[in-house]
Amino acid sequence: MSDLHAHSTSYVRQSMLPETDPPTAETGVIKWLRENLFSSWLNAVLTFISLYVLYLVVSAILPWLLNSVWNAGSLSECREILAARGLTGHDGACFGVIKDRWHQLMFGFYPPELYWRPILSFIIFLLAVMPVLFQSIPRQTLILTALSPFVLVWLIWGGSLWLPLLIALGFVLGFVAYRMLEGVNGILASLGAIIVPILFWFYALGPLAETLSSIIPLEIRSIKSSDIGGFFLAIIIGVAGIVLSLPLGILLALGRQSDLFILSKFSVIFIEVIRGVPLIVWLLTASLLLNYFLPPGTNFDLTLRVIIMVTLFSSAYIAEVVRGGLAALPKGQYEAGDALGLDYTKSMRLIVLPQALKISIPGIVNSFIGLFKDTTLVLFIGLLDPIGFTNAIRASTDWNGVYWELFLFVGVVFFIFCFSMGRYSLYLEKKLQREHR
Amino acid sequence: MKNTVILGAMTVAGLVAGTAHADTLGDVTDRGSLNCGVTTGLVGFAAPDANGVWTGFDVGVCRAVAAAVLGDSNAVNFVPTTGQTRFTALASGEIDMLARNTTWTFSRDTDLAFEFVGVNYYDGQGFMIPSELGVSSAKELDGATVCIQTGTTTELNLADFFRTNNISYEPVPIETNAEAQQQYLAGACDVYTTDASGLAATRATFENPGDHVLLPEIISKEPLGPLVRHGDNEWGDIVRWTLNALISAEELGVTSANVGELAGAAGDNPEINRLLGTEGELGSYIGLDADWAARAIGVGGNYGELFEDNIGENTPIGLARGLNAQWTDGGLLYSPPFR
Amino acid sequence: MSSMTEPPKQSFRLSQLIYDTRYRSMTIQVIAAILIALGFAWLLNNTIQNLEALGKDFRFGFLNNQAGYDINQRLIDYNSQSTHLRAAIVGMLNTLLVAVLGCITATILGVFAGVLRLSKNWVVSNLMAIYVEGFRNVPLLLWIILIFAVMTESMPQPRDFRGDEPVASMALGDSVAVTNRGIYIPRLGFENSLGASGAEHQAAVDAAVADGTEVPPPPSSWADWLVLAGVLGASIFAARVVTKRADVTQQATGIRPTTWYIRLGLIVIPTAIALFALGATIVQPYLKGFNFTEGVHLRNSLIALWFALSLYTGAFIAEIVRAGIMAVSKGQSEAAFALGMRPNWTMNLIILPQAMRVIIPPLISQYLNLTKNSSLAIAVGYMDVRATLGGITINQTGRELEGMLLMALFYLVLSLLISGAMNVYNASTKLEER
Repeated sequence: MSDLHAHSTSYVRQSMLPETDPPTAETGVIKWLRENLFSSWLNAVLTFISLYVLYLVVSAILPWLLNSVWNAGSLSECREILAARGLTGHDGACFGVIKDRWHQLMFGFYPPELYWRPILSFIIFLLAVMPVLFQSIPRQTLILTALSPFVLVWLIWGGSLWLPLLIALGFVLGFVAYRMLEGVNGILASLGAIIVPILFWFYALGPLAETLSSIIPLEIRSIKSSDIGGFFLAIIIGVAGIVLSLPLGILLALGRQSDLFILSKFSVIFIEVIRGVPLIVWLLTASLLLNYFLPPGTNFDLTLRVIIMVTLFSSAYIAEVVRGGLAALPKGQYEAGDALGLDYTKSMRLIVLPQALKISIPGIVNSFIGLFKDTTLVLFIGLLDPIGFTNAIRASTDWNGVYWELFLFVGVVFFIFCFSMGRYSLYLEKKLQREHR
Repeated sequence: MKNTVILGAMTVAGLVAGTAHADTLGDVTDRGSLNCGVTTGLVGFAAPDANGVWTGFDVGVCRAVAAAVLGDSNAVNFVPTTGQTRFTALASGEIDMLARNTTWTFSRDTDLAFEFVGVNYYDGQGFMIPSELGVSSAKELDGATVCIQTGTTTELNLADFFRTNNISYEPVPIETNAEAQQQYLAGACDVYTTDASGLAATRATFENPGDHVLLPEIISKEPLGPLVRHGDNEWGDIVRWTLNALISAEELGVTSANVGELAGAAGDNPEINRLLGTEGELGSYIGLDADWAARAIGVGGNYGELFEDNIGENTPIGLARGLNAQWTDGGLLYSPPFR
Repeated sequence: MSSMTEPPKQSFRLSQLIYDTRYRSMTIQVIAAILIALGFAWLLNNTIQNLEALGKDFRFGFLNNQAGYDINQRLIDYNSQSTHLRAAIVGMLNTLLVAVLGCITATILGVFAGVLRLSKNWVVSNLMAIYVEGFRNVPLLLWIILIFAVMTESMPQPRDFRGDEPVASMALGDSVAVTNRGIYIPRLGFENSLGASGAEHQAAVDAAVADGTEVPPPPSSWADWLVLAGVLGASIFAARVVTKRADVTQQATGIRPTTWYIRLGLIVIPTAIALFALGATIVQPYLKGFNFTEGVHLRNSLIALWFALSLYTGAFIAEIVRAGIMAVSKGQSEAAFALGMRPNWTMNLIILPQAMRVIIPPLISQYLNLTKNSSLAIAVGYMDVRATLGGITINQTGRELEGMLLMALFYLVLSLLISGAMNVYNASTKLEER
């Protein structure tokens, strides 16, 4: 039938037409705009509102940023420069303060000739976490990771290398004791692993350190904690808090999961109490009350007290993260451990924890981001973190009255740190999800 | 056992700072540095400069004590304290002395168990207000919004003042001076109240200082001075007499310029001789050597020089001596004699 | 291993405490209990010794002493002559206020941002992404400080409202004043206020009329609000009863009686009568002296803290909501579309209810975080419990131990209450699993 039709109508085209462009409304910018911005009335309104908000923010900030002054030694000098351009003090940012106090915002009062030490320790730290964060790196490097904290402490605070080395030796002794007693009995081995290093640190360490450093003095200039400040301090508190709280957090998580009534109840109470009270109250406790709880006459430096408190604080959060990891593990893994006849310590150490911790890494990174942001609270107990420094800098006659520039800078640096870590944890989460499927 | 273990671990970490409070002088000399509590930053009184060196009027007192005790004005570990943490820091032995414009009051001296060793700045609480508001007396402030710094005696004085004058106000508590300044300049409060010295110092840094006036009322006495813990009188004596030495030095005309010369040999004035250790042995009474006071004065000069360099009329802060002039000039500074 | 091969016949031996799995857990627990008890005893002992050394005692008597300081925002009567205890309670109420307000707005913000971030609109979704990432990755403290500063710098001062040609003017028909000291909104006053305040007001009005001075604005007391809330509650209950009966009728006859006007009347009329009987009037803020008076003053510190907490927590909630929505399988929305539902119906009726199950548990912890983060009030001088009890009171009395203990206890109880309440809700919406 179609045949007939074709013959009877002579104007039917014999050849293919060239492809024409789709209608203008369906191509390029216009299509994109229509589909993405104006697909409905509501969407169009939302688009306009968003653009207006964007315009407001940009128009308020952009001129101020564009007119910024970077080379000024004081606020008045900066205002003079702006005045010479015919602008008032509010029309341009005085980023001269960042340039002038850059080192303080970064390192605090750390001696300038020793800046290589924080920088080197930061690099070492990054290298040390690589094997933990990226699974493709050979597992043997983890030993170097385990050693790095001791080197880092030595690099940052200085003093004799023998002390951190001997403290590390204590852990090794504990491990050796565990291995030797393992054949005898599991509990005995655990006890030995705890008691031997403690005895070693308490009795042998002092004299040993003295003798060794009198033979080969491996000393570098020691730095007071009060000289450490700015972002360096924030990173130290954040990293120390997370690293030190890991063992404690794992123990608490295991305790919370265990069948032992007293241990699990104690863990639950500890975790809930720590999580139920704001960090600022704990920091004030570190600053105001810790001296009450320690033997009369004990008194040690505020930074250390803060690190201890932050460690306790984050251990409760890490415990919850690890608990999530433990719960996410299929029950078969626990049962496999039991079926192989492994005792509790072994099945945890060889089967459960390695897997649970691997799942927990994104959560741990997230807790680190949270903790890192929370380190700004140490300002309220007189430590000079970045925000603390904004106050101290504004108290100098040179920079009294400067405001937004400092906060903007601090905010941007925090954003860069936290955002990149957040991206990493997201990437890891996705990767773990893929591996599990 | 746990006790010793933790202590042991702490010692191991090498971070145990002070121990028993009984012998502060011994602790300081053993440590080789003085732990001095200061503010986290107050213009003219204590603030770190671009090189991280603390400067200021209160800082000068710390350095003088360090020079007297240790012979090195740089052997000071400045511990920034907030209004809330300062007393605990001192009570717990974290710091050896507190030089943080702290008001000498009855309850702090007795109930909180501190020893004020003297007064290094006589202050009083005042009010600053924009001149365009046309207020000439604090009693006209009915209904005003008042910015105050928290954690000080200021808020108590303020409550008392407004209550006794039966007028109302709206307090806006602010943590730091820098924050309060920003609030005041933006007009978030009509009045800013704190110590008059602080007001003058703050006003001096404004873009247009002339637009703001200090009201005539000074509603409280604020004798600011360094303080130490109760119970260690030897240490208290050292700090007290270092401060007195600075004050006496000004009275006697000993300056950082001529102290070396005057301390070199005994001169005509017996009191100068006793002060600088060229006659008698006053230093040994407080456990120090003979030229302790000469060292203290040598750091930043006498009281008058410290004042002029940090907060005096030639600095941006521009405070007049006022009550803080020597008694011979009609002020309140009156050091007991060195005898 | 020996215990496995041969059954334990012999009587109890000490070594069984370690080797026998039946007793071993007992041994570990007893050792743990002893260690924990020893630890606490050690801490307690230290504390007692330290208190003795400092010449202090451990008593809460200071709470009955006069506080001596003023608090700007007080939900209950307080002046500088009141006790420290009352100051602490004022602070606690302020903490609760900002926490409740913050939770509400954070949820609204978070749900909006979370949904909009999934929007197909390129500008909107990216703007939301900027909002979420910006707030999540910068410390809350910084946001609080910045928002506080923006408010003080960009809003007009009260004195700008004065004069013949004022720089600023009040919004919404002269009823709302937005200043850099906060926002003043109208309040309800009751001419026939209940309780003591009503009698006082009558006396004051009579005196003012006699003197020919300005008549004072009507007061409002807790009793008035209680009565109003009671009437409104009863009306809503009655309206619900009507709805229930309509349901029953519908079930029985298949015809739903029209009840909306009955329900509307039930809710509006009694409340209106109650308002009229109490003599309710709207009291507007007006400029007097240095400041606006009357009306409700939402202080800058409250607004900054409230906004910052809401925006910050909202960003986290947005992520939770987004994850929750994405967790609902795509088939659900496709099924809804197949049934011919509109996109917003699909969202409200199909996706959100299912996403709720995923959303609620992390939401609880965000509410907890918000409540705890409200202690950052310190940055803007909002007088919360940390500022009164944990700040000025400790500072003036030197009672760190007692004060900190009370404060920690308050936050702990608050946290436990929130998580308890939300857990109950969580259990009630839990999916019935077969």
